[in-house]
Amino acid sequence: MNEALTPPEAQRAPSRSAGMPAGHRSGLSDRAVAWLFVAPTIALLLAINIFPLLWNIYLSFTNYKANAPHRPLRWLGLRNYERVLSNEDIWSSMQVTAHFVFWSILLQVLLGFSLAWLLNRRFRGSAFWTTVIVIPMMLSPAVVGVFWSYLFQPQAGIFNYIVNFFHDFGKFTMIGDPDLAPWAIVLVDTWMWTPFVMLICLAGLRAIPEYLYEAAEVDGASSWRQFWTITVPLVLPFLMLAVLFRAIENFKMFDMVVELTSGGPGSATELASIYLKREAFEKWRTGYSAALAVILFVTVFGVANIYVKLLNRVKQR
Amino acid sequence: MTAADRPRSIVEPRPFSRRLAAVVIVVYALVSAIPLLWIVATSFKTPEDAIAYPPKVFFTPSLEGYVNLFTARTRQTPEYLASLPPPETWYEELVRKRHMVITGPSRFAGRYLNSVIIGFGSTFFAVFLGTLAAYAFSRFRIPLADDLLFFILSTRMFPPVAVAIPIYLMYRKLGLTDSHLGMIILYTAVNLSLSVWLLKGFIDEIPKEYEEAAMVDGYTRLQAFRKVVLPQAAAGIAATAIFCLIFAWNEYAFALLLTSGLAQTAPPFIPNIIGEGGLDWPAVAAGTTLFLLPVMIFTIILRRHLLRGITFGALRR
Repeated sequence: MNEALTPPEAQRAPSRSAGMPAGHRSGLSDRAVAWLFVAPTIALLLAINIFPLLWNIYLSFTNYKANAPHRPLRWLGLRNYERVLSNEDIWSSMQVTAHFVFWSILLQVLLGFSLAWLLNRRFRGSAFWTTVIVIPMMLSPAVVGVFWSYLFQPQAGIFNYIVNFFHDFGKFTMIGDPDLAPWAIVLVDTWMWTPFVMLICLAGLRAIPEYLYEAAEVDGASSWRQFWTITVPLVLPFLMLAVLFRAIENFKMFDMVVELTSGGPGSATELASIYLKREAFEKWRTGYSAALAVILFVTVFGVANIYVKLLNRVKQR
Repeated sequence: MTAADRPRSIVEPRPFSRRLAAVVIVVYALVSAIPLLWIVATSFKTPEDAIAYPPKVFFTPSLEGYVNLFTARTRQTPEYLASLPPPETWYEELVRKRHMVITGPSRFAGRYLNSVIIGFGSTFFAVFLGTLAAYAFSRFRIPLADDLLFFILSTRMFPPVAVAIPIYLMYRKLGLTDSHLGMIILYTAVNLSLSVWLLKGFIDEIPKEYEEAAMVDGYTRLQAFRKVVLPQAAAGIAATAIFCLIFAWNEYAFALLLTSGLAQTAPPFIPNIIGEGGLDWPAVAAGTTLFLLPVMIFTIILRRHLLRGITFGALRR
């Protein structure tokens, strides 16, 4: 993973040379400074991430209930995992998650790449408009969910009004209809995160050396051909990096969707994280939820690792 | 592109394609800005205007949303209202017109203040620890450095809801639930990954010869770090701090699950601004506007570092 994410300059590690001649000056040795500087970070992460994670794994083998902490604890072995994997609600929430991840990323890639491709022409004012476009992705996803639920209102929402302006569908509700709600969350996510893909693609486009196009032009390659043989392959690693980030983020999506639809109607938009929250903090099935949490960790981690390997292969081409 | 006109630089986009790109970009930027502009506009509407159909683009601005956001009110009988002395302030008058009286401040200001305290507190610690760790990773040979960096990054990949289960239990034991300190520690840990990765990129860019020269002149390693590296890295540290601040400001899942009152931040509070008969949309919009405004300003300040920030330093311009 770090290979893909470490910038090339850092990989060459210009700074890794021995530092100063040993015993050069009074004060702490480099070794001591190094440990002094790294230790607090590692300690905090161990306390707040790793220790809870291990505890979580332990709980996943028990019948612990957080709202009944004094109940005698029973060791269940793998029973919680069996329950999780044989639960149909989880598979349906996984399907909802897959639908959300797939379509939001597809739309963001298509839109984001197109916008970047257009922005790469550097017209007057392009920096200003880039900033305008970028704003949604910096906002609080939960608050974005809140105000989109206002925009989606069937009676007074401006979204319905604009849609009906172009084609009269009558009164409809994006977030109250089980067929439309999964698309509502895709739409809002796309509105929010298209600029993210756009910025990364733009960096990719700007990194393509101009002489490649000049050479292609001299050879008489059509602009269509240039696009597919120069632009696309060279932007691909960047695009895949963007997809990696978005896939991880959207797989764990919680805040925006909770505030927009709270998983409903029914369970039409009940993503894995929302399902987990219900089990853990409303039904208080702590052991069972811990097992599900472990499964989600492993999934994110596994997918990310496979993806990074793929990414490195593309980069090497 | 036709072969008809091909004078000038052969890879320079033609004026027509450039103009077309500009039009498409501007249209996208404006369309994507509609939801935000609409929310800001709604914050200045009366509750009636906010749910009018067709949606009102032109309306008489009112500060009722902001007044309702910051006050708690109760409805009174006309007889009681008539018996009161005339309202002393403009906002009392506004409330009185609705047959209500102000009973005190609402909880919004406190929640907003919590967001500020927890945001700045966690940013300070994340950047402080992150700078130290990033410097060590950048300059010293640390055993398993790549694995440690990957470990630091991977803490960011966990779904917050899954992490929240053990954190919830741990905080309950330690008495940190719903406390500022608990949230500051948690957000510090979450932001450390971003902070270390971003700052390592920034510090890698500072030639290590600067410190070496200073150390030849008699500085110790720590002095060189403080007097040479820190000033050089100031811009990068500032950018990193803003990213950490925005993350802590926007965070919702942990705040929802681990705070309920005392230390609750604004994002879980805003959706619960209830008026008589459901959500008070102008007040929600007012809260949203006040909450999003700082982030929009920071986004504009950060625009040159955005790419770096959103990719954890993997890409830079």
